[in-house]
Amino acid sequence: MTTVSEPEFRTDPAAPAGVPSEARAAAAPAAAAVERLTGVQTLTFAKALNLAMADAMEADSRVLVFGEDVGTLGGVFRVTDGLTARFGTSRCFDTPLAESGILGMATGMAMGGMRPVVEMQFDAFAYPAFEQMVSHVAKMGNRTRGQVRLPLVVRIPYAGGIGGVEHHCDSSEAYYVHTPGLTVLTPSTVADAYVMLRDAIASPDPVVFLEPKKVYFSKAEVDLDALRARYTAEGAPAGESSGGHDDGGQAAPSSTIGTAVVAREGTDATLIAYGPSVATAIAAAETAAAEGRSLQVVDVRSLVPFDDETVCAAVRSTGRAVVIAEAPGFASMAAEIAARVSERCFHSLAAPVLRVTGFDVPYPAPKLEQFFLPSVDRILDAVDDLQWED
Amino acid sequence: MPQNTIPDGEALLLPSGEPIQMIDADGGAVEQGGWKEPYVRPDDARLLSGYEHLVLGRRINDQAGALVRQGRLAVYPSSHGQEACQVAAAMVLGSEDWLFPTYRDTVAVLARGVDPVAAFQMLRGSWHAGYNPMEHKVATQATPLATQLLHAVGMAHAAKLKGEDSVVLALCGDGATSEGDFHEALNFAAVYRLPVVFLIQNNEFAISVPLSQQTAAPSLAHKGIGYGMPGERVDGNDLAALLAVLGSAVDRARGGGGPSMVEAHTYRMQSHTNADDATRYRSDAEVAQWVPRDPLTRLGRHLAAAGLLDEDVEARIAAAAESVAARLRDGLNAEVEVDPQDLFAFVYTEPTPQLREQSAFLADELARSAGATIENAEGGLR
Repeated sequence: MTTVSEPEFRTDPAAPAGVPSEARAAAAPAAAAVERLTGVQTLTFAKALNLAMADAMEADSRVLVFGEDVGTLGGVFRVTDGLTARFGTSRCFDTPLAESGILGMATGMAMGGMRPVVEMQFDAFAYPAFEQMVSHVAKMGNRTRGQVRLPLVVRIPYAGGIGGVEHHCDSSEAYYVHTPGLTVLTPSTVADAYVMLRDAIASPDPVVFLEPKKVYFSKAEVDLDALRARYTAEGAPAGESSGGHDDGGQAAPSSTIGTAVVAREGTDATLIAYGPSVATAIAAAETAAAEGRSLQVVDVRSLVPFDDETVCAAVRSTGRAVVIAEAPGFASMAAEIAARVSERCFHSLAAPVLRVTGFDVPYPAPKLEQFFLPSVDRILDAVDDLQWED
Repeated sequence: MPQNTIPDGEALLLPSGEPIQMIDADGGAVEQGGWKEPYVRPDDARLLSGYEHLVLGRRINDQAGALVRQGRLAVYPSSHGQEACQVAAAMVLGSEDWLFPTYRDTVAVLARGVDPVAAFQMLRGSWHAGYNPMEHKVATQATPLATQLLHAVGMAHAAKLKGEDSVVLALCGDGATSEGDFHEALNFAAVYRLPVVFLIQNNEFAISVPLSQQTAAPSLAHKGIGYGMPGERVDGNDLAALLAVLGSAVDRARGGGGPSMVEAHTYRMQSHTNADDATRYRSDAEVAQWVPRDPLTRLGRHLAAAGLLDEDVEARIAAAAESVAARLRDGLNAEVEVDPQDLFAFVYTEPTPQLREQSAFLADELARSAGATIENAEGGLR
């Protein structure tokens, strides 16, 4: 066996040549480790995601977080802030700047028994990883007749409404929902950000986790103890592993994967939305309420698997539906929802299912996005068109 | 630089001046010259064991070609002429190591212990991956070029994080070195200093496109220095040299010395697959030049000269190969049973409600076409 002298490696590949790493460390404040918050807290959406990863990493040493700028910097949206400080560079680390490399390496790590959670920095920056996503991540379980499952999560900040320049605001969900084998989730609330990311990490199958960047810094009060109680010490959804509860109490909640929720009750028409459009739909419902019309809002949240049951029950209860999504409407998730609702609820419908979506154009420049995005007015105009004869 | 010392730094990263060869085309021993590492030729007992695998590999290549002509396989990308690379890739690995093969590496997959009939399920058309990758630590044979190299990197990264000392060997061809994933895989492996050995089988052609149109690099092995990993080139038809060079790379990886890349110079003696016509892009004369460099012939001559291979041994080895070929033949001649419900059974760990609906739809359709009543149709996924 030969022994080879070790080439000199810089500990931080990003360090400019000639700058000692100690000097850089002295110049920058050390990132604080993710704190162990408990009880009722007011959190941002981003912080809820951060805590979900920290808790999942605490529960299961196989859970790893990596991607571009997720380590020292804590992610460009700070969603991974403090994970490296708390868990070390072997559990949360920066990668070379190559998205296919990130996802391909994650695939091999999942084959090797790890549970990688990788970050694609922005929606459009995930496209270099598309071949790995479609040809391997999505298909591995099927190709191997279930002998190789890939429990990995691909976090992707997506969609617009933040005045981002081109390539930073795509709603890319249609590519993923059209790919059998992928689970595709998109939370819209702070509580769901925590719960759905933990469910995604616990899933035995690969999950594309779409984070609406418009809501990253929205805040809500959540009971962290209650959210954590949904999981076993090992990180699995408690309701799944514990089976039926015969103690007379409520069954522990199981995974949110495959479940839609009614985000706002209403009786006259149903607004079906997901991700960044849920807040817009709720705002529309509030305006409509002031005008005397009661609109129900359904948050789809699990694009694949899709919860036909909840969505259709909601539509049947009102008899009218509008589907809302930011992505261009042609051959889109919104198109699929409209088709499914039309097929399944036809005899309950008083009007055709309408869609309010982005136009079929590339995501516009910041000064034009107000004309592109589904707005409260555009949603209410669609509701007005639902053939109200009475 | 004196011989038999290992250079440091950049000199280690560059390949030796010529491809490493230990046994020439006539079976004669080659004296060391210009090697950057003091590679040691494997002993003849190990070479004889390797020779048995070569003969079996050649027999499998021939048998698979015949099975295509008989309609039992949809297609076969033969590794005829590349058997030494295939066998060496498997022989240098231990039972806890991993192999990441491509579609042309079926002989390497079999040399690792995978059942031949299982390995041919993809080409038979009954499923995509016919063997359990976890059983022999052999990944599924990758068709999208270079994508598997990143999976190899990830497997090695997982092993390193778990504190295991296993090594991963990843295979690709010369064409795949042009893919982006090749670059990303080598870069990631080097940055994280992972225990991976990349073996590039340079068989001169990517279907029809020759190496000269694939790269302007002095050699593919020269690409290693760009990633900060040692590159080496080896005669890909010389099993002894392959075992020595790959063995050194595997040892370095196992010892924490990081990844290496090895370019094996070989030649695809047959068309890309049976569906290809190589006469459209290369001459018979060119192919004929490679016949005397055949990996089996030269090792056979070497072993015969060493007194380890006579007619009896040759006959025993041929008979063993024939029995595997017969098993493959019998296995693939048997009519394959497919279950239409398998379409839905493995896409997710638990089928989605939508897949359950589609499964029931198909079950109902099949029941009706079989003349059964809808009431009798026991639908779908169990």
